[in-house]
Amino acid sequence: MLADIFINPWIDMVEAPDFLLQVLWEGLVSGILYALIALGFVLIFRSSRIFNFAQGIMVVFAALTLVGLHAYGVPAWIAVALTLGVMFILAVTIERVVLRPLVGQPDIILFMATIGITLFLIGFGEIIFGGENKQMISAELGIPTGDTVLEPWGGLLILQHLDITVVIVATLLVAALLAFLNFTQMGRAIRALGDDHQAALSVGISLQTIWVLVWFIAGIIALVTGIAWGARAGVSFALEVIAYKALPVLMLGGLESITGAIVGGLMIGILEKLFEIYWGQPLLGGNTETWFAFVLALIVLLFRPQGLFGERIIERV
Amino acid sequence: MKDTAGYVTADGRQIGGTLMEMRNITLKFGGVTAISDISFDIHEGEIRAIIGPNGAGKSSMLNIISGFYTPTIGEVWYKGEKRPPMKPFEVARMGVARTFQNIALFEGMTVLDNVMTGRLTHMKSSILSQALWYGKAQQEEMENREIVEKVIDFLEIQRIRKTPVGRLPYGLKKRVELARALAAEPSILLLDEPMAGMNVEEKEDMSRFILDVNDEFGTTICLIEHDMGVVMDLSDRVVVMDYGKKIGDGTPQEVRADQAVIDAYLGVPHE
Repeated sequence: MLADIFINPWIDMVEAPDFLLQVLWEGLVSGILYALIALGFVLIFRSSRIFNFAQGIMVVFAALTLVGLHAYGVPAWIAVALTLGVMFILAVTIERVVLRPLVGQPDIILFMATIGITLFLIGFGEIIFGGENKQMISAELGIPTGDTVLEPWGGLLILQHLDITVVIVATLLVAALLAFLNFTQMGRAIRALGDDHQAALSVGISLQTIWVLVWFIAGIIALVTGIAWGARAGVSFALEVIAYKALPVLMLGGLESITGAIVGGLMIGILEKLFEIYWGQPLLGGNTETWFAFVLALIVLLFRPQGLFGERIIERV
Repeated sequence: MKDTAGYVTADGRQIGGTLMEMRNITLKFGGVTAISDISFDIHEGEIRAIIGPNGAGKSSMLNIISGFYTPTIGEVWYKGEKRPPMKPFEVARMGVARTFQNIALFEGMTVLDNVMTGRLTHMKSSILSQALWYGKAQQEEMENREIVEKVIDFLEIQRIRKTPVGRLPYGLKKRVELARALAAEPSILLLDEPMAGMNVEEKEDMSRFILDVNDEFGTTICLIEHDMGVVMDLSDRVVVMDYGKKIGDGTPQEVRADQAVIDAYLGVPHE
């Protein structure tokens, strides 16, 4: 029994390095999506102290809008552009109708407001697009199917083209976001707002503009994640779950940290896969991916309450 | 009608006409009157100080000028026009930059990034152009960098330009905050107790910077300060406030000789 926990998994890894690579690859694919979603959370939290419970439903809503528009006969890429437009309108509406009247309210009120947004989007989405499962329009968007088979060390490594596309697109999006945040005036304004509201106002930053902007970015992220995840699992309200997988990422990475979101996402994606294959399936009967991330986050929180990358909490006396 | 012509200071500097004018400002928070019926003006190119004991309403006055508070009664005139009620970021975009009594910097960002945010008021390129890093945005970023580097040089903070602000000692933070305000190339610079909590040496440095800024860029400065010696040396004209009322207004010499001022602030300690 002890050998099964402490020794055998490592032997398995060394004996079948190609299989280990396969596991790591699959972990990376989900990890980068977790990272992307977590980034959406972090941007909104930093600039407005709101924990955006609606991020998950935004993924569903974006995917449904895209598929729905296409069902009405809109060409795929135009549907993508229109969906981006819809996400922008959503961002403006949320800022005007929900956030602006609640400025200065306690965080918990704003959090409740995002639950309200969630419920509204569920109802609204169902009325317009119906509640049944749909297929993502992967082929129309030119997302390749099929796979590439590699043979490292005479073994076998299967890379699905869909996964490769997801990794490339998500990586590009993350890189673009980082560049935007670090090297443009608007990006600086977003980061500045996260640090100090008063100072931000005094250098001419408009809260409203930035809020619309971060919610729109969260919308773009939702659309990309919706397409990627929808292409694997179909488009339904169950997609919302992927956003809740970002919660342990946030606990691990800290709600404040952009680096934390990225590293945390990748870490959780990879570790949960490794654990599932080498410990979960042989010892616990599998299906550990649903809870592993949360347990990991709990353990980290025991030792570092601010998360791995969160700002250290220093009490000044 | 107020006299909008300039005047010549004791040390021979020519001061321009009225840049900003506060007319009969009253500010109430519920039943508390923080400021009652105060009027004064700020001329272009001068260093104007507001002094007074704790709780006199000095910071409130600065907050009105920078748009953080809206006066209950009274008007703010800026560049010859009456200013409608505005949000702080709109006031900032009109060329009013400020620093805070309790430093308000972006702690997680580097000194350079902090000073760069000072240029936000001059942003003209669209979000889209910035997102794509194309066209106007790129050129604008270069121009901003140039101005920011000049300010950083001027305030002698080159050594720490890549340091996160959170790690800096207090005196340097104050200087970075001044740099951020200066980077906006403001028409009027508001300093809320720029020397609070500093030691003698830091105070001398800061005084020198304030005078240099005024001298070099001709920036109009309105400052609040507690340290009487500093105020008398620095400023061209002084407004004295006590319990929300104006009790004196004039050159440092005039104010120093004013019996009401001496009673309220200089002579009789009552804090």
